[in-house]
Formats: sequence, C-alpha cells, structure tokens
Amino acid sequence: MSEPSTIVIGGGATGVGIARDLAMRGVDVTLLEKGNLTHGTSGRMHGMLHSGGRYAVTDQHSAEDCMTENRILRDIASHCVEMTGGLFVQMPEDDDEYFQQKLEGCRECGIPVEVLSAEEVLEMEPYLSEDLERAIQVPDGAIDPFRLCVANAVSAENHGARIETHSEVTDLLVEDGEVVGVEVEHKSGAGSRVHGAAGETEEIYADHVVNAAGAWAGEIGAMADLDVEVIPAKGVMTIMNVRQVDMVINRCKPRGNADIIVPHETTAILGTTDEEVEDPEDFPEEKSEVDFLIEEMSKMAPILEDARTLRSYWGVRPLYEPPGTGTEETEQITRNYFVLDHDDRDDTPGLTTVVGGKFVTYRKMAEDCADHVCGRLGVDAECRTADEPLPGSEDGAILSDAMDRYGLRSPLARRNKQRLGSRYDDVLSGGDPNPVVCDCEGVTRAEIQDAIESAGTDLNSVRQQTRASMGTCQGGTCAHRLAAELHPEYDEEAARAALEELYQERWKGQRHALWGEQLDQATLNHALHASTMNRDRDPTDVSVDFESFDAGRAVADGGDSDGN
Amino acid sequence: MAIEDDVLVIGGGIAGLSSAIAAAETGARTRLITHKQSTLGNASGLVDVLGYAPDDDTPRADPYDAIAQLPAEHPYSKVGADAVREGLALFDDAVGDRYRGSHSAANALVPTHAGSVKPTARYPRSTAPGLVSDDRDMLLVGIDSVTGFDAPMAADHLSAVGVPFDVRGETVRFPKSFPQDADVTRYARALDRDESVDDGTVREVLADRVEAVLEDERRVGFPAMLGDSRHEAVRTELQDRLGVDVFEVPTGPPSLPGLRLEDALYDAAEDAGVRITSGNPIVDFDADGGRVQQVLMDRLGSEVAYEAQQYVLATGGPVGGGIESDRDVVEESIFGLPVEHPEDRYEWFDDDVWGDHAYTEFGVSVDDDLRPVAGEEVQFENLRAAGNVIGGYDFATEKSGCGVSLATGYVAGSEAGELT
Repeated sequence: MSEPSTIVIGGGATGVGIARDLAMRGVDVTLLEKGNLTHGTSGRMHGMLHSGGRYAVTDQHSAEDCMTENRILRDIASHCVEMTGGLFVQMPEDDDEYFQQKLEGCRECGIPVEVLSAEEVLEMEPYLSEDLERAIQVPDGAIDPFRLCVANAVSAENHGARIETHSEVTDLLVEDGEVVGVEVEHKSGAGSRVHGAAGETEEIYADHVVNAAGAWAGEIGAMADLDVEVIPAKGVMTIMNVRQVDMVINRCKPRGNADIIVPHETTAILGTTDEEVEDPEDFPEEKSEVDFLIEEMSKMAPILEDARTLRSYWGVRPLYEPPGTGTEETEQITRNYFVLDHDDRDDTPGLTTVVGGKFVTYRKMAEDCADHVCGRLGVDAECRTADEPLPGSEDGAILSDAMDRYGLRSPLARRNKQRLGSRYDDVLSGGDPNPVVCDCEGVTRAEIQDAIESAGTDLNSVRQQTRASMGTCQGGTCAHRLAAELHPEYDEEAARAALEELYQERWKGQRHALWGEQLDQATLNHALHASTMNRDRDPTDVSVDFESFDAGRAVADGGDSDGN
Repeated sequence: MAIEDDVLVIGGGIAGLSSAIAAAETGARTRLITHKQSTLGNASGLVDVLGYAPDDDTPRADPYDAIAQLPAEHPYSKVGADAVREGLALFDDAVGDRYRGSHSAANALVPTHAGSVKPTARYPRSTAPGLVSDDRDMLLVGIDSVTGFDAPMAADHLSAVGVPFDVRGETVRFPKSFPQDADVTRYARALDRDESVDDGTVREVLADRVEAVLEDERRVGFPAMLGDSRHEAVRTELQDRLGVDVFEVPTGPPSLPGLRLEDALYDAAEDAGVRITSGNPIVDFDADGGRVQQVLMDRLGSEVAYEAQQYVLATGGPVGGGIESDRDVVEESIFGLPVEHPEDRYEWFDDDVWGDHAYTEFGVSVDDDLRPVAGEEVQFENLRAAGNVIGGYDFATEKSGCGVSLATGYVAGSEAGELT
C-alpha cells in the first residue's frame, strides 16, 4: 500500500512547518508556494521571537503558546534565534495599573519577568528616553523568518517532501463534493526554483489538501466555494541602518500601534501598525504610516527621530475570528489560530484550512493541523518537531573556531557562523577563493553559492537566505556581484534578468526611506548603475552604429594600435 | 582675522578643481577648500559629456549636436556649447597625456564592468585599447577573488550588444592571496611594488597565467586594478610580456581610475598656483547686502573665517554633501539655498528604479552667470555654483557627469577670477 498523500498550499512558516511535520510522520507531501518561501506574511514580519508578554493581559491563551514555542525554538532552531531579551517600558504617561496587570499577566502565563528601575534600564539601553519610569524584562528575542522557513523546507525535503516554489495554485479539484487535488501553474524562471516546466499547468491529486495560504486562505477556499473569512490587516515596519537597541523594546501600554523595536542582525526594525485592508496583494503603502512610526517610536527612543532608515515594508496579518465574534478593531482580534475541517464545517471533505496565529507559534499550529490531517488519513504517528533540531541547529558545539580553518577574519567568521549554524563546515569547505561579495553584511561567495543551489536564479531568495544586499547600500554595490555568481551555470541573459529583478525589489522598500543619508545612497546607487554601468540605457535591444564613434587615436592616425 | 584670497572655491571634486584652475589662470589669488575625499573614488574616471539626448535609446556619437536639444534649465543650456569645449580644453591641458579622446569630437564607446557599452568623451590612456569601435578581437580577464568584474559574463554581454569583434572572458587566479574582504587597492599595490611570490613576481606570474589562456586576441582587458602609483609601468610590463595591448575596464568603488584622476587634477591645480586647504568643512557664512562676506570653517570645534571677493560653490550633490534633505525639505548645505523639489516626499521618486525621478535632479537653480537664484532673484552677487550642486539635470541617465562639472567649473571659475 502506498503512503497517504497530501498537498500543502502556502510556503510561509505554517506551510513549511506542516510539510515538515507530515513528512516526518511518513506522509507523502507536496508543498506549493506561488512565490519564493516566505513570499507572503512570514517574510514581512518584524522578526520578533515573542515571549508572549505582549498578549499576557488580553489574550492569555496566545501568550502561553508563545512562551512554550519560544523555548522550543531556542532548542530546535538555535541558528535562527538571537536571545536578546525584551523590555516593556513604562513612559511617564503610561498607566501604573496597566504595568501591574502586565506583570501579573506574564506571571500567570508562565513568562519569567523581572522589574527594572529606570537607572537599570538606561544602563542597558542608553538610547532610550531618560524620562522612562521603569520596565519589565521578559525573554523576547529576534528570529530570522527566512532562515527558519528554509530550514523547515530542507528538513521536509530530507524526509521525502516535494517543495515547489513559484508554483501558484489556480484551482481546487473537486469531485463529488470532495476536494481531491489542485491545479497548479508553474511560473517562468530558470533553475531549481521550478521543478515543472515554466508556464506548465499541472494537476496534482492527493488524499488530503491543507490550505495554509495565510492572508490568501480565503481565496483558496473560494476555489471550492467555501467561505473562509480571513481579515487581512496591514502593518508597516521600518528598518534602521544600525541597532539603536540591543533588546526588544515594547511600550508598556494597552496594545496599540507603533510600539515595538526589534534589534535584528545589524539593524533595528520598528513596528508596526494594524489596519484592515481589502486585498492582501494590493493595498496602499503610505508615507504617513512611516512618519507616524518614526515619530511615535522617538518618544521611547529619541535617537530614532533623525536616524538613518534603510527602507520600509508592509506585512499583512491573516487574522481570523470565528463567525459572530464581532470584534471592532483588528488589533483586538485574537492571535489564536484555528484548524477548520471543511468536512465538519461545510460538508466538503478532503480539505483542512489553518488560519490565524502568530509566526512564533507556527510549529504548534503545524502540529495541531498535522494531528488533524493524520486523524483524517488514519495515520498513527507522533509529532516529533518539538524535539528534532532543524538543519543547521543540530549541534551547538559545532560552532568551533572557523577563523583558522577558513582563513576568515573574525567579524566575517562570526557572522558566517551565526547565519549558517551547524551547516557552516559544509558550506564553507567548498569555496576557494572565497571573497566577500556583499561588503555591508559580510557575505562570502561560498554562502551565495550555497543559496543559489536551492534558489536558482531567484536572487531575492538568495538575499533572504544570506542577507546579501540587505545592508546600508541596499544592493547598490553588490547586486551585480550577486548576479555574476549565477554565471556561467546560468547564461548571461538569465543572470541579467535576475539582477534586474533583485535591483527593482531593493528599490521598492528604499522609496519609503528616501531622505537624508538614504537619499544620498540612492543617488550614489543611481550613479553606479546608470552612469558607471549604463544599466539604464544598456543598448542590447537597439542597433548601434559602432563606426560613427571614436575608435581610438592611433587607429584614427593610421597607426597600429594605441598601446602605450 | 580672516584668511583672505581673491577667489574662494568650496569643494574638491572635478567642478571645484576646474573652477580653481580657471580662476587661477586669470591671475586671481585662488584658494580651494575641500572637506573630505571627493566622490571621484566612486566614479569611473571616464569623462562623460553627453551620451544621450532626452528620450534617446541609442547612444549619441556627437555630444554637441545633442546639447542643442536640451531644455532651457539644463546647465549646458545656461553656459552654451562653447563653454563645454572650453571646459574640455582646460581638462585636456590639466591631465595631459594621461587621457585620450581629444583628437575627436565624437564620443567613444567603452565597455563597462557590467559588460554593457557606454558613450564617453575622454577616457584614461589605460582604457583606450578597449574601445568597442575598434574591431580587434578582445579577451577579458577576471580575477577569481575580485568580485566586481566577471569577465566571462561581461564578454557574453558585449557579444549580446553586437560589438564588431569577437570577445571571450577568462578567469585567472591572482598570484598572491589576500583576505576575503580586500579592496582592489590591495591588488593594485601588489602590482605597483611587483611583490615577490613563489614563481617570480606578481607581474610575471600574472602575465604567465593570462598568456596560458590567451588565444589570438590582440588586446586584453583587466578590471581597473593595474597599479596605482606605478600604474603605467604595470600596464606596460604586462603589455610587453603578453605582446598585446592591455587595457582596464572601469569598475565601481573604490575606483582606481577615479582616484588617479583626482591626483592628476590636484597636481594641475597646484601647478596653476591654487592654494589648497583640506580636511575641514565650511559650515556657515556671513553676508551683507547681497554679498557673501566670509565663510566659516569648523576646525575641531572652533570657527575659522575665510574671506574673498568672489566665491564658487562646488560642493556636489547629495553624495558629495552639497545638497541635504530631511523628511520634509531639500536644501543646499552651506548657504541654505533653496532646492526645487515636490512638496510631497512621495513625488521625489518614481516606482520604477529606472523611472523619471525628481531626486536625481536635485540641486540649486542658477542664472546664466551660474549665480544661485530663488525664483528669479540672485541670492548673492559674488557667489557662483559649479558642478553637481546645480540642479535640473540627471548626469547618470544622460551620461554627462564630468562634462557639466568642467563646463560650469570653467565658467564659474573664470568669471569669478576676471571680476577680481
């Protein structure tokens, strides 16, 4: 008897988590993602590993889940996590009573807390406002969503799963009222990013289909005439070019807008807002949201008022509440998650939808969803995802001193080790020479080549895996170097197209930071790419009358050459 | 007591240096004040005058013909085509045999490190054998530990452009290894010194490795890293050893051709008698009755006054520090001169990175004598602007960077000098 088969729709944290979980239980899994992994919400979060403190007053169920998963992720995904610690900072205008509620709420949810005086806080975080009253310390941290998702996908593949990115589900196949598979369109693009032929439409059948499309889950449901009422809520995040803080900073007041700073790698990320939108794919990205964020956050950390920002981006939360709850404000909607069985709910067997939740609880969501699917499939296997480390995090001790072994300078070695975890040896042992390709983030060729192996010509995916082009220059000095790493495996035209795609993507976020030093940077980038490289008027598709141009002095003079 | 000169030029890039040389040549006692290293280290070292007229798809062979088509607010329209010729003459005189292109009024096409071709008016002698109108077959050589220039990919791109010769790319290993994050300047220094390695010297071994991959091409292009202080000796030796012409393809920062150009122009300015004061910024000024009285330098926290009859502002655009912005306003950095910009910050850019952006043209407005104006009104009668601090043109898109700096530098400097 062949093993039961499933299709998972969505390559965000939840989707790859479910794929890994099911694959580890011996289920045949095909995961389909329309963009690259984390294309949707997972790749556009603020990178915070919640302790649950944020939800400890109003949403204690989510808070407890966060704390449990926070501990598990530190074990199974150590190379994706930086345990910075976090603070809930009380400003003079913030309520004492709420501070007490937060403290007690955290204790009730099992979140370790400590109250710090203003002096103690300023000792640790000197750029916070001297006006602050006090703070609660909690075990918040930072997490790299892309690294985590890729590690899940790699683990799923290691357990036999098929992972298809750039493959959009265009229909659910329904036979006799039962979902039996999907129709999928493979998009164009060179390399391993597409397993099917580009432009090809494929019908894939399975015993069960899981809809983990996040903010797009409603659209997937509609393909089988099912009503899944996801409420997409946008939030803006702004990236600073340095870490003004070393801990996650939360404002200690009832949940609201613009009240978190997350130190992330070499940057700090300000977040966020919460506003319902119609379409998760197409919504306004407004200047006023960026300005609001900077102004609000400057109250807690005045240095941010005039600090350099690199770019801004918007994410869309896939909020869900059971019909009839009737919450008015999106920020009040629970961050809890729901596994919807469409057989029970809509008399349409063969499909399960998972909605809501938090990035930090992706594994628990995946576990519950996989439990449910296995129940439907009659698979009797335990979940092992809480105990088995993800690829790259198997052995904390493996992070030995690589500076000597690979001749890397110490800051480079440290950054490489952090990014690669226990995959460090495998990746770096291949490269000689191994020059730095991205100066801002200290990313070497070996890392880029390793990422290209899985991402093909999708340089945005290479970027997310390695952080190349995510530093101060936003790709101005390295985007073309990244593209050159594709050649000769991919031809010059494919490499050039990949460069164009990456460079446009890097521009997209910078537009929201176009003043001060980042405007200067954009001007420099423009000069490098348009003037020095003539990429804007590259005459590949026009015919040039070469003979009308200067051919050199000696030739003009009738001599042999203009050598010296 | 202020330090006194006839003409004071603020800014040490191409515009500042050409202004100062032009002013000094009128006999005026001229001082150039420069804060940091110029932006030439970012630049290709090519001297573009005008490669494309507005809406051109194809590069222009004749830059002067295209100048006539520019809009009235373009700096070239203010100073006229003759000023462009004068600016280039000043440049040719200043750099002497280091540059080529003056024998022809036509633009040259040079290969870029991305493998595209671009039109330019003057090019370093080391770039000359690489011109793409020359039909000799070409070998491009990349260094496997230098990531700015991928020779096989650039060669494939040049072929896609349809250049009138065969071109191949090969990658070789540099004779010496350096840390992963070494700049090309480190490679250039090894070639300058001809450092010893196992099988000989750096130059010898590099030539051997290139010879091993050379077929019957008559010219060989390297990324622009063939020495710095002894650059001509390095290139000549490689040429002799290989028996073919050797050229450099300009690369991004740090750009050795840009830095060599900076050195050459500083030498020329000193030869012209320009006094040079470097290392500290001009931060403020005093004015009286529409004249700049003096400018103030911040020297380790104390202010030093510099006084002159005439001033030239050549502080560059946003990259050079001449133009600054915050979330609401764009203005000139020292005198607070107005910079025309859309009120809404989200109209400063286009959504397409290659679109028609307002920010690329940020700079002060000037009258026909290059005096900054607000609306129609001249701000200071003894202050002229030169180079990229002037707005109304996008040098990167039209490929006019150095040309505008030279033409406006020539006009601002010589007019300032003649008024003293």
